[in-house]
Amino acid sequence: MAETTHRYRVLIGKPGLDGHDRGAKFIARALRDAGFEVVYTGIRRTPEEIAAAAVQEDVSAVGLSSLSGAHLRLFPAVVDALGKSGAGDIPVLGGGVIPDEDISHLKQAGIVEVFTPGTPVDQIIQAFQQACEAHQGS
Amino acid sequence: MNSDHLLQGLKERDPRAVAKAISLVENGDPLADSILASLDESLIDQALVLGITGPPGAGKSTLTNQIISYFRSQGKRIGVIAIDPSSPISGGAILGDRIRMMQHALDNDVVVRSMATRGRLGGLCAATGAAVRIMASSGCSHIIIETVGVGQSEMDIIRLADITALVLAPGLGDDIQAMKAGLLEVADLLVVNKADCAGAETLAMDMEAVARERREKNEGVIEVCMTVASEGKGIKDMLHVVAKIDEEYRQSGEIMKRRMKSHDLEVLDWAVELIKPKFLKMIAESDTSRKGDPRMKAVEILKKL
Repeated sequence: MAETTHRYRVLIGKPGLDGHDRGAKFIARALRDAGFEVVYTGIRRTPEEIAAAAVQEDVSAVGLSSLSGAHLRLFPAVVDALGKSGAGDIPVLGGGVIPDEDISHLKQAGIVEVFTPGTPVDQIIQAFQQACEAHQGS
Repeated sequence: MNSDHLLQGLKERDPRAVAKAISLVENGDPLADSILASLDESLIDQALVLGITGPPGAGKSTLTNQIISYFRSQGKRIGVIAIDPSSPISGGAILGDRIRMMQHALDNDVVVRSMATRGRLGGLCAATGAAVRIMASSGCSHIIIETVGVGQSEMDIIRLADITALVLAPGLGDDIQAMKAGLLEVADLLVVNKADCAGAETLAMDMEAVARERREKNEGVIEVCMTVASEGKGIKDMLHVVAKIDEEYRQSGEIMKRRMKSHDLEVLDWAVELIKPKFLKMIAESDTSRKGDPRMKAVEILKKL
């Protein structure tokens, strides 16, 4: 039986109109299998909705997925919305079809890690682990 | 945040404070004790705790979403605790009930918390009771607990909720059979959801028969409601029935009786939970052979206390 002690809670969501959720669901399952409690908020969410859910669920990290090319606007918008909800301490990670040249823009806008097609899943889980540890320690 | 800040935050209905307080309890943090000891008992007494249970796929989350909409139209502040199972292998979980309730995401008076069972088998998680009290203390007058999809033995909700609705849907006939010696006997409200689907009339007739039998045995108010949660149909009637049962049970003292029983059982649960590690240690130390009758050994261990 699984132990009943502390578990990291994370939120996986898709901001914007992109309905391709295969990647988001894959990551959600991988995190579950790594022992995370994953709040999954589904597709077509506004950044404000994702931030409000992250606050209510008291997650230690938010993971965003975008395959439609709107990441440069939507990922930072989630960071902003978290800040406005008084939850700027919750780290945001993002992944999807993201050109290499966009990664530095996203990191400057406060996205702590960016994953692209081909990023090994273990690396993604490790990044969530580190983000959660850093958040709990803060 | 320290406990004074959190308590102040609960009073001010700060969503972060509510969420943090629930996490502290869920994680067994020592700070939780002082918060739980200082909650507003009168608000807790007044709140209506509605349990929503039923087999997987019956429409519990969709129904919960509609119930939220209805209560919000009356200006009530709502708490929702949505429980999903933890993986017995990894201990992780996918908490997906919130997807059906996202239309209320930006409403500060709809407090939704998804929780994983964390190894508990009764259909709830150990911290559910505390989460109810925290939400009530933050001004939620109506608190909905949505259980995991149930089979036969997930009865925890019956004792924790003031009123429990069992949600069923046509086409899940085998599950109903499995539950016959269980939830059907104790739920206050039998909801036939997906009432627009084939087989709903038959299911409703079966449920009426169950209700009639229970009424004849004088087992309290038991009602059958039909809903199409995805379209919001039947919700108002269902909640009128809930209000009727609530009024009747508050007048007759049934609610208080249920809460006292629930309190005792929750204390018992925690007592067992807290003593488990000590017992396990005593068991391991008392006998290295691991042979013989377990019950007799348990009696011996208790004598040593």
